[in-house]
Amino acid sequence: MTDLTLADGLAGILLLVITAYAVLAGADFGGGVWDLFASGPRIRAQRMAIATAMGPVWEANHVWLIFLIVGLLTAFPTVFAALSIALYLPFTIALLGIILRGAAFTFQTHGYEAAGELAPWGAAFGAASIIAPAFLGAALAAVAVGSVRATPGSNVTTGWISWLAADLALLAVALCAYLAATFLMVETEGDPPLQADFRQRALGAAMVSGVLALIGLVLAWRQSPLLWSELTGRGIWLLLIALINGPIAAFAVWRRSPRVARVAVAAQIVFVLWAWAVGQWPALVPPDFTIHGSAAPDATLLALTVTIAAGMVVLAPSLWLLFRVFKGHNPAAN
Amino acid sequence: MDNVVLSRAIMGTSLGFHIVFAVLGVGMPLLMSVAEAIGIRRHDPAWTALARRWTKAFSLIFAVGAVSGTALSFELGLLWPGFIGFSGSMIGLPFSAEAFAFFIEAIFLGLYLYGWDRLSPLAHWLCSIPIAISGAASSVFVVMTNAWMNSPTGFVASGNRIIRVDPIAAAFNRSTPTEDVHMLVSAYFVSGFAVAAVYAAGFLRGYGDALHRRALPLAMAMAVVASGLAGITGDSSSRFVAGEQPIKFAAQEALFPTTAGAPLQIGGVPLPDQNRSVLAIEIPRLLSFLTTWNPNATIRGLEAFPRDLWPNVVVVHFSYQLMIGLGLVLGLGSVLYWLLAARRRAPPLDRWLLLALVAAGPASVLTMEAGWFVTEFGRQPWIIYGVMRTSAAATTTPALGPTFAIFLVVYIGLGVTLARLLLRLAQRERLRAATGDTVPRR
Repeated sequence: MTDLTLADGLAGILLLVITAYAVLAGADFGGGVWDLFASGPRIRAQRMAIATAMGPVWEANHVWLIFLIVGLLTAFPTVFAALSIALYLPFTIALLGIILRGAAFTFQTHGYEAAGELAPWGAAFGAASIIAPAFLGAALAAVAVGSVRATPGSNVTTGWISWLAADLALLAVALCAYLAATFLMVETEGDPPLQADFRQRALGAAMVSGVLALIGLVLAWRQSPLLWSELTGRGIWLLLIALINGPIAAFAVWRRSPRVARVAVAAQIVFVLWAWAVGQWPALVPPDFTIHGSAAPDATLLALTVTIAAGMVVLAPSLWLLFRVFKGHNPAAN
Repeated sequence: MDNVVLSRAIMGTSLGFHIVFAVLGVGMPLLMSVAEAIGIRRHDPAWTALARRWTKAFSLIFAVGAVSGTALSFELGLLWPGFIGFSGSMIGLPFSAEAFAFFIEAIFLGLYLYGWDRLSPLAHWLCSIPIAISGAASSVFVVMTNAWMNSPTGFVASGNRIIRVDPIAAAFNRSTPTEDVHMLVSAYFVSGFAVAAVYAAGFLRGYGDALHRRALPLAMAMAVVASGLAGITGDSSSRFVAGEQPIKFAAQEALFPTTAGAPLQIGGVPLPDQNRSVLAIEIPRLLSFLTTWNPNATIRGLEAFPRDLWPNVVVVHFSYQLMIGLGLVLGLGSVLYWLLAARRRAPPLDRWLLLALVAAGPASVLTMEAGWFVTEFGRQPWIIYGVMRTSAAATTTPALGPTFAIFLVVYIGLGVTLARLLLRLAQRERLRAATGDTVPRR
């Protein structure tokens, strides 16, 4: 039983890592979306607020993706290989988005004081911020409906070119935008007109993501018996909580309670991800890969667990120090 | 082109691009740390200003290193699913440790970059130490995985199925000590010469100010120490490879017949089809002597091995000679710099020397890249030496051609933009120094 416990524990840790990446980096991708769609009389102020909010944190938020990849390839190497084969195209496109987003943001903000406006990189920042979550969302759809198999077929579009995948791709972008808008409402508390801009955007994103989520449920019900049975099986409680939490989040935005809204929208992403993950347990990538069946040998799992524990011993106080020094305030604001 | 060639081309391009930023991520924090420490000790604001200026440039370099490193982690699976599915449970551990090291480096870089006015000078300087340590640790961890590909140990497999794994033994394989140390000192070697080249160029263009007068000798100090260490560790690497991967060794020396009292070939063009080299300067018995300390020792040549296990002899030999040749010239050049400095009791600023130092920057990068060409081309046809052929590891996806083209364009775009930004940053800092006088004139 020990290996089952360790493998499950590591799968749980990977779920936490995905969650951290979705919420933290998701908000950064959403920032890119609003940079692209900045408009109105406060267009510059909007972009500045986004850059100030992301500046010191995006690299740290990005690291969760690295943790996810190395954790997966260490603890579940065959799953990592199967995902890489089946989802070559969406992953490669998302990767390009991730590279361009990070580089463009750095060039745009750090480079700004050195070189002034870098127009093409500004546009690249926004476009890449849409491409990356969209294709990661489509890849997630392919995993959820069970089209990543142990023996890969020759079709490179299986699973991630479908109505459900398209819906999840758009939903991923909309949720990122929603999350970012509520985060930015908190960041702009001292500037009511600017905050109103982001409130308006949050409300729009709330509506769009709500509609896309409902369409997604209908599509799952009609087109993917596997996903539907997972969501309505063990995942049903989390799904119901999400259905209740969704309106609460939107209401908080409408009531101009950005701090409540920020937590509620982040929680919404947590509930949706966990409904999917809990629903498909003990499968890691259904239907062929179970957590137990695809885990690396015990010695590796144990060594990885020790590495993570040792790493956290160094990491936790470092993160504490970072937040302590900047007292929760944005260091780039100075 | 077939998938194996394309996968190698994409991976090689990504690695070759990323490593430039990765080595600066190891070496520059040490330079920043030393500069700031001298500034505090001597109460010299010019040293502090130098550390501050380097931090700005470094944060741009670090970001490009971060995104290009992400590409590599994806590509392990996207390009080499057969490899990573087999070896993830062995080499994943150092990769995971590297992720932590990278996170620590990012956190303390954030503190260092944004903390100049929030932390006391001592606390701020202390933040540079975890950056320098985790940068070095990243290199050590990542190179462990490459060392494992050269000396795969710590597992029992039956075909493609792993039966038992000892991930600690895999991480600390036979190649780890030599490869890790040689790569680490090479990172300081490149950082030293690259930074020196920037300030030599500054002097040549007439911008030589107090910062330049401090930066150039500091960078050259790192360069001369690292050159010496790179020479020593490179020498032991070569001797280790002679025992561990005799085919790679024979290819890098372009030695075809198994020879007692083998000569050292300098230069030369290997002709693998004719089992001989031409145009080489041969020093009798020196190869045997350097390898075993016995001038009459027998060294196995390529002919001792089946031809289908030969790496690309031309590429490996040429890269090896390039690495050693450039490494020697750069190392001797850095010694000359300090001899001149000692004789004149002042850092030399002769025009010919500055020009040479400007060339030394790119040359040091070329030296390191050539070294990796030896390691990687020399290991072929294996991706895991003696265990898995590269051809068995590559992906079968049909989209590799466009992927290669797009990544090439992206990397070129990133490189050009970063270079432009760094130049403008330098320009702006000069203007600020000239007008604002935050930097002392002398």
